[in-house]
Amino acid sequence: MSEEIRHEWPLFEVFVRAKRGLNHVHVGSLRAADHEMALHHARDLYTRRNEGVSIWVVRSDDVVSSGPADKDAFFAPSGDKVYRHPTYYAIPDSVPHI
Amino acid sequence: MSDLAAPSAGERVFAETIAKDQRVEPRDWMPDGYRKTMIRQIAQHAHSEIIGMQPEGAWITRAPTLRRKAILLAKVQDEAGHGLYLYSAAETLGADRGDLTRRLIEGRQKYSSIFNYPTPTFADVGVIGWLVDGAAICNQVPLCRSSFGPYARAMIRICKEESFHQRQGYELLMTMMRGTPEQRAMVQEATNRWWWPSLMMFGPPDADSPNSAQSMAWKIKRHSNDELRQRFVDMSVPQAEALGVTLPDPELRWNAERGQHDFGEIDWVEFKKVIAGGGPLNEQRIAHRRRADEEGAWVREAAAAHAAKQAAAAHAAKQAAANQAAANTAAARPAAAERAAGRAEGRA
Repeated sequence: MSEEIRHEWPLFEVFVRAKRGLNHVHVGSLRAADHEMALHHARDLYTRRNEGVSIWVVRSDDVVSSGPADKDAFFAPSGDKVYRHPTYYAIPDSVPHI
Repeated sequence: MSDLAAPSAGERVFAETIAKDQRVEPRDWMPDGYRKTMIRQIAQHAHSEIIGMQPEGAWITRAPTLRRKAILLAKVQDEAGHGLYLYSAAETLGADRGDLTRRLIEGRQKYSSIFNYPTPTFADVGVIGWLVDGAAICNQVPLCRSSFGPYARAMIRICKEESFHQRQGYELLMTMMRGTPEQRAMVQEATNRWWWPSLMMFGPPDADSPNSAQSMAWKIKRHSNDELRQRFVDMSVPQAEALGVTLPDPELRWNAERGQHDFGEIDWVEFKKVIAGGGPLNEQRIAHRRRADEEGAWVREAAAAHAAKQAAAAHAAKQAAANQAAANTAAARPAAAERAAGRAEGRA
């Protein structure tokens, strides 16, 4: 069993840029022996119909993410800072271009 | 969870997420039953796509024209892709791809029973596109709103591609129907073969579908088996008419009162037999998948060994460069010390 698992290819996350001017967006994952193979597999798997012009692959092990439990610690502080939004400021309608 | 009066924070968030029609994401708390159901359903779906390559794959070398061969290759490649999108979704829940394949090969997980039927003529390729992929679309479109995020997202990609599958099949059949009487007969015979198994793809009748209620409550499923089956029948009737074939059900007729078609009783004994492994090709399908896995093992191992070797070489090169840099620094140090000593002497 451990022998079989040792031969299992690692997991990679795949990001595709749909067209120039857009960010790379996460599209899914795949298994590959190394980064080069991951790129080729990503091309075959996620861009069979012109879905992209550029691909990133990242070892899933290398992704560090915030967890659902961290949600408040991470994101609650921005909730009460309404003054960061332009609509917080009352400007008379008569003032143009603002 | 032992205290029924006070659900955990996780349970509360999960219930709220479902109630608000939002998506559950992989790292969220979820009931064990939900996780197990999702893994089972996604794996079963992935296995169906992978096994589903076989009935049509058998015709790639025998496609009548280069155009049909290219189309069929693209379609079968899509099925492989769909299987991989789904294995990817299953892995977000902690399932392991290699382990899922082993479960399929060992008969511990199932796949759609439709793929246990044979494809004796090229018309079967067309009918699979029209009816089997048509039924799959009926099933899958509502799954794009399934409550588990990665599954719903995989289904969106899959549904976009399924439409090509159904249309190429229908177009193939239209072409054959414009051909010789023999070709038209082939289309009719293939339709006769696949109609009832296609209706079985929606699963047992609602009254006999034990997991349905829970899956509906969790919003994994959005419509009942019978509802989707009815929708498929209503969609297929005008398509059959346009094609000029007869659907093999003497009881099939429009019911103006219901605004839907009535249709005959499905042979559920056959359905259960095929699911239990007694279909025409169950053994061959699994034997083929097992052979592909075993014959590909050395390639996977060689690729892993090559990758390990490359990584070790890259690591060694990096190490050597670091050692060289350290040696250069060390070599430069005595000279610097000498210069410093010289300056000191000069001052003396």
